[in-house]
Amino acid sequence: MSDVLDSVTPFDVEFTTPLVLERGGLLPSYRLRCETYGSLNTERTNAVLVCHALSGDHHAAGRHHPSDPKPGWWDHYIGPGKAIDTDRFFVVSLNNLGGCSGSTGPTSLNPDTGLLYGPDFPEITVLDWVVSQARLADHLGIEQFAAVVGGSLGGMQALQWAISFPERLRAAVVIAAAPKLNAQNIAFNEVARQAILRDPNFRDGRYREFDVVPASGVGLARMVGHITYLSDVSMGQKFGRTAPRAEFESDGVNFAVESYLRYQGEQFSTRFDANTYLLMTHALDYFDPTAGDQVPLAEVLKDTQCRFLVLSFTTDWRFSPSRSEEIVDALVKAQRPVSYVRLESEHGHDAFLIPDATYQAVLGTFMARLADDLEVPS
Amino acid sequence: MIVGYDRIEGWVQPHAKVLDLGCGEGLLLSELSARKYVDGLGLELDPQKIVKCLERGLCVVQQDLNSGLKNFSDDQFDVVIMTQTLQAIRRPDIMLQEMLRVGREAVVTFPNFAHWQNRIQLGIFGHMPVSSLLPNPWYNTPNIHLATFKDFESLCRELGIRMIDRDTMSFLGQPSWLGSLWPNLFGEVAVYRIGRGQ
Repeated sequence: MSDVLDSVTPFDVEFTTPLVLERGGLLPSYRLRCETYGSLNTERTNAVLVCHALSGDHHAAGRHHPSDPKPGWWDHYIGPGKAIDTDRFFVVSLNNLGGCSGSTGPTSLNPDTGLLYGPDFPEITVLDWVVSQARLADHLGIEQFAAVVGGSLGGMQALQWAISFPERLRAAVVIAAAPKLNAQNIAFNEVARQAILRDPNFRDGRYREFDVVPASGVGLARMVGHITYLSDVSMGQKFGRTAPRAEFESDGVNFAVESYLRYQGEQFSTRFDANTYLLMTHALDYFDPTAGDQVPLAEVLKDTQCRFLVLSFTTDWRFSPSRSEEIVDALVKAQRPVSYVRLESEHGHDAFLIPDATYQAVLGTFMARLADDLEVPS
Repeated sequence: MIVGYDRIEGWVQPHAKVLDLGCGEGLLLSELSARKYVDGLGLELDPQKIVKCLERGLCVVQQDLNSGLKNFSDDQFDVVIMTQTLQAIRRPDIMLQEMLRVGREAVVTFPNFAHWQNRIQLGIFGHMPVSSLLPNPWYNTPNIHLATFKDFESLCRELGIRMIDRDTMSFLGQPSWLGSLWPNLFGEVAVYRIGRGQ
């Protein structure tokens, strides 16, 4: 019964009902690229939605071909016998709207004009994603998710799910997230955006029409982002002040950390769309369930119906434990069922992707208990 | 096994909102959930114990009690419980006041340092007592604020805390008639139900 996820096939779902967007735009029709792992039970109670972060996509677990060098981005935590056990759960993962991995986004054609959306793609928010995910659930015949799970920006989607569709999930797992970005978070996003906007190849976002890529801008944005994903400790351990390896030696590179960041930036710029990067960082910046403190977070969370698991990592400074604790405190104040663990890790914000025994035990036990309560056989 | 469980259960109303400080593996909360249908939340520092709580389906938040209960608002709970932990808290006086700020009532259990066996070890043999309840040597023990029935009650008076009920147990949780006659001498474990002053 244990299905090894070594030949996962992505699939597309087309939506023809227009989607009115939170910030005023409209998508007449759109496509979501998805993957699923495990199987939906006859009662349709065992579905888990996994939401991706800034640069993630639908390929969360397993391999498309057994020979693929790398599995999906959260393969350490999704699979047979893993924390999100695909022997028990039916896991749904998708590329979010505005993405560049197959779902409708700036690199798609606008059906109204037949032209590339490019910079004209409407602004998307976390709420828009959640609404589009709910429509995906309708399409898949899932009335209620056992859990909606996500790290970082994915955790914000899980939180939004609990707020917007309280009756449609039994549990929300919010990992390494924050109830909203602080000024420092927005500042880093702004530097990343400026790197892209100031790249001469960006051409007001119409680079594709000119057949160029703002690779240096996207690469630089990724380099800045990457620094915020790691911790001082993990960078020190990984690179220290050592010289770059021989194959990465180039002019002006004196330290391994420099060649590493350049490499990360270059790799990213070949696969990730600049307009999508701008859109995703804006979605992060806009996220604020309290609508600018008009409503206290506890009040916003008062009508949620699911149980919550909130996790943070000690060396995460992008969304530090105290940011997760804001969510926890608000849930406690709202008298909603919540569990919280501040996991020891050296890996900074990236820790949510990295295998760790305690993290696996906490998440795995929470999910197993959820499956037990839903009477999903093990 | 929770020393004084039956007594504690009797003091908790059905469907009460309960906060368990230092809830460990969640034994007390899962019993109270099953038998009193309480809406429980535990605070615990050790992630391994938190995993056990999650296995039992409990809500538990990782928190160091020494950093206080500032994240909870007034009157959030009906009962705040702390079993066998008060003596390990940096400031038991502040903790007791905090417990009665976030909860209307509190239940506290702690080892009675004035139990006759401790008195013999200290008074006759001149050693810091070591027992089943206090198994650690003086130089390496979490139990930094040991107290007696008398000490606890005088602190309560000083802080304006009302004593609603009191009991004493052996460390195996058995009631003892000698303990109820002379708690400070024969009570091994003190079990208190306290509330805000009149």
